[in-house]
Amino acid sequence: MNSAIAPTLPPSEGALDRRSFLRLSALAGGGFMLGFYLKSAGTALAEEVGAASPGEFVPNNYLRIAPDGTVTIFSTRPEIGQGIKTSLPMLVAEELDVDWASVKVMSAVLDQTSGNPNPQSAGGSTSTPQSFNQMRQLGAGARAVLVEAAAQTWGVPAAECSTAHGEVRHVASGKKLAYGSLVAKAATLPPPTGVTLKDPKDFKIIGTRVSGVDNPALVTGQPLFGIDVKVPGMAYAILEKCPVFGGTAVSANLDEVKKLPGVKDAFILTGVRGVASGVAIVANSTWAAFSARQQLKVTWNEGGGANQSWTEMTRQAQAAGAQAADGDGDVFVGAAKVIEATYSFPYISHANLEPQNCTAHVTADSAEIWVPTQNPPSAVNSVAGATGLTAAQIKVHVTRSGGGFGRRLQTEYAAEAAAISQKAGMPVKLTWSREDDLRHDLYRPAGFNFLRGAVDAAGKISAWRDLAVTFGGGGGGGRGGRGGGAMLLPPGAGAVFAQAAAPGAAGAAPARGGARGGGARGGGARGGGGFPGGFVQNFSTRGAQVASNVPTTAWRAPGDCTAMWVSQSFLDELAHAAGRDPLEFKLEHLGAGPAGAYRDRVIPVVKLAAEKLGWGAKLPKGRGQGIAFSFSHQGYVAHAVEVTVSPAGKLKVDRVVSAVDVGSVIVNLSGAENQVEGSVVDALSTLMFPALNIEKGRIVQSNFDEYELLRMPDAPAKIEVHFLKTNNGPTGLGEPAFSALAPAVCNAIFAATGIRVRELPLSRTSLKWS
Amino acid sequence: MNYTLNVNGKSRSVDVAPDTPMLWILRDHLDLVGAKYGCGGGFCGACTVHADGVAIRSCQFTAAEMSGKKIVTIEGLSEHGTHPLQRAWCELDVAQCGYCQAGQIMNAAELLAKHPHPTDADIDTAMAGNLCRCATYTRIRAAIHQAAGQSAT
Ligand code: FES
Ligand code: FES
Repeated sequence: MNSAIAPTLPPSEGALDRRSFLRLSALAGGGFMLGFYLKSAGTALAEEVGAASPGEFVPNNYLRIAPDGTVTIFSTRPEIGQGIKTSLPMLVAEELDVDWASVKVMSAVLDQTSGNPNPQSAGGSTSTPQSFNQMRQLGAGARAVLVEAAAQTWGVPAAECSTAHGEVRHVASGKKLAYGSLVAKAATLPPPTGVTLKDPKDFKIIGTRVSGVDNPALVTGQPLFGIDVKVPGMAYAILEKCPVFGGTAVSANLDEVKKLPGVKDAFILTGVRGVASGVAIVANSTWAAFSARQQLKVTWNEGGGANQSWTEMTRQAQAAGAQAADGDGDVFVGAAKVIEATYSFPYISHANLEPQNCTAHVTADSAEIWVPTQNPPSAVNSVAGATGLTAAQIKVHVTRSGGGFGRRLQTEYAAEAAAISQKAGMPVKLTWSREDDLRHDLYRPAGFNFLRGAVDAAGKISAWRDLAVTFGGGGGGGRGGRGGGAMLLPPGAGAVFAQAAAPGAAGAAPARGGARGGGARGGGARGGGGFPGGFVQNFSTRGAQVASNVPTTAWRAPGDCTAMWVSQSFLDELAHAAGRDPLEFKLEHLGAGPAGAYRDRVIPVVKLAAEKLGWGAKLPKGRGQGIAFSFSHQGYVAHAVEVTVSPAGKLKVDRVVSAVDVGSVIVNLSGAENQVEGSVVDALSTLMFPALNIEKGRIVQSNFDEYELLRMPDAPAKIEVHFLKTNNGPTGLGEPAFSALAPAVCNAIFAATGIRVRELPLSRTSLKWS
Repeated sequence: MNYTLNVNGKSRSVDVAPDTPMLWILRDHLDLVGAKYGCGGGFCGACTVHADGVAIRSCQFTAAEMSGKKIVTIEGLSEHGTHPLQRAWCELDVAQCGYCQAGQIMNAAELLAKHPHPTDADIDTAMAGNLCRCATYTRIRAAIHQAAGQSAT
């Protein structure tokens, strides 16, 4: 996912990517296909197409045009709810100059051909910036060949021809030929050496509202998801893992379990690479496997993790925080006002509504898997590790995912399914129960931030110190994912106090093209690059880590999703400490910061959100406005909100105004707005409800009755999304609009009630007022 | 045990353990996978189907409890996917991951059958049992209103 392809402004004309060029090829059925031709020719091909002519064909194909004019575009990025299966094909169709109604979209299987310039993964909001120009070039290249085919047919120069609605037209003579009638000839022509891309003002599909390509199948209940897969001869499996992270199965009543109705096999899996130790049950239906599990009795070696508790972790974090003042030097001496605050947030789960699952068919020399994943290449590694097969022996079908949020970048459930299939000697579908999913997730890291800030007599922030205490370093019981603390700590922070690296990068052009956006690895409250680093005098972050073996991984807008809540709330605290209007105070500090992309792009979104909300309206007690901004995953976002808090402490979010700068082009307006709306409500949900507790090394919560998420009655009545188009390359939207929402709401709660929320979730703070 | 069930207007017989929830009968035995497993505990609504016109959580009912009832799943809500809710869901592009949406539509279909013109408050109350992890609630609300408009005309 670290593609080197930087999101630059779409060139109006350009040579094709050096690492790939377009190549055409005839199909057995008479259609023509076009794809990026890569240096090593493999055979992976979306099998739904049917076979191509042998020897002539190229791998990694994205597009097919049939003689009847049907255009089939292969979607290579996993669809996890971010709308990519619709938006990337829109780019191809736009440049091909066909009507969207004539396009069919299909999912491609994983192409393991080396050097794929267009990774088949989805994460870090990187798909749009990485694929924007490539998908367009693909469509434009096909269009160029079709034009050439028509020009040769008519004996006229290609330059005299134009295209529209899936036809080539010769303007002078009024002749027209439909693409379908040109495919036979087009397939005999050489690939284009360069292509001309459309001027954005001529876009007909890009920028419109296009309904998701899978919607008709979704609303009629057709099989699309991993959990819907059924293959011939398939059995159904569960895997019971130790409730304590890192524990191992010692023995189980396997003979009893094997006699239960519908059970085909039961065995202990231990020492399998990438698979947590546990007991597998294989049965003839999901329910037979789930029921037999009720009778399963396992003796576990729980290991050292069994002593772990959230209470104790909290105590240790606070002890670490008590030393926070060390090393401040004299930056707080002489300040007009000094404030201190402790912010904390718990572990939470991704809670994909579709629990983790995978269908695997492993034989002596092959494996075929069907998996809902954001990260198909990782699934290959997981299966290879668990089975001993080579990558070339593994075929991966990527299904639609019932939610991603970062969870499905990890693929240990594919290793589990493969290991069970291999041992049972039959294809199996492994389905995690909801309880498995909550108790064996790789969680969003928990953390504490101990902050101290000062304002001077002129009402400017004069110092800001943040000690971020995180948990980790204990390993996750042999599971994947990152250590607990790494994501929240400043670079270089270890298990002891460490001085943060200079926050530096603010003001410079933000890092681009990385999997997690500009500087999401930032320390503590600094978040994804930019404010407060570089904008505040005497700003420092330090990190400390409390040992834990709770496994963690990326969770929507990793790092930023908590760090922005901390920093944008504390900034609001400082504004109030200075006795200033929070908007003015924020804009003043942004304006005084270093010139550069960050400052130039963040200020306009803040102003736009404030203006559209009607910032500064006089509201009675119990109602309030709040604003917060973020730079996350290459997108600049400000949310301005209005809330009502009843005297009994019930929060209602009345209005949300979101101002978003993700560059010059919005590919699918409907999908883009949906991502912002969903980010807003997901962020509100995450602010209000979920928290995991840990006792005796176990996650306490088991299902959605104990692990609550926002439901319809708490959804805001109105979310207004404003896209600010700027002269920057288009970037993704799965994550950028998440992180500033919670602090905007908390800042509005303070304006309404005078109560500052410093602990997540919100239910831990009483909002009662009188 | 053998049970005869009326599903989407057809008589279907299944041989399952008596405690097998309707959800898994539909998914594993009848190959109707529109109803989804989200929690197995009646908390999420992803498994919602109709039994004699009432929206139920199919993970909470067994075959014995369902025999003699007319069961309708998302696959049988309309013949060609043209129920006003299905159309509104496509027109307003409600889904993100889409995993909850069959359950949402089945729950909303019962609401509209009872209250052809629901208010926001009616919708919020009726839909509170259906989780959407992708948080598409504002579009779900809008789509129910839109479908209600279509129903009325
Ligand atoms: S699966 Fe039935 S309510 Fe969640
Ligand atoms: S659309 Fe993903 S759970 Fe509702």
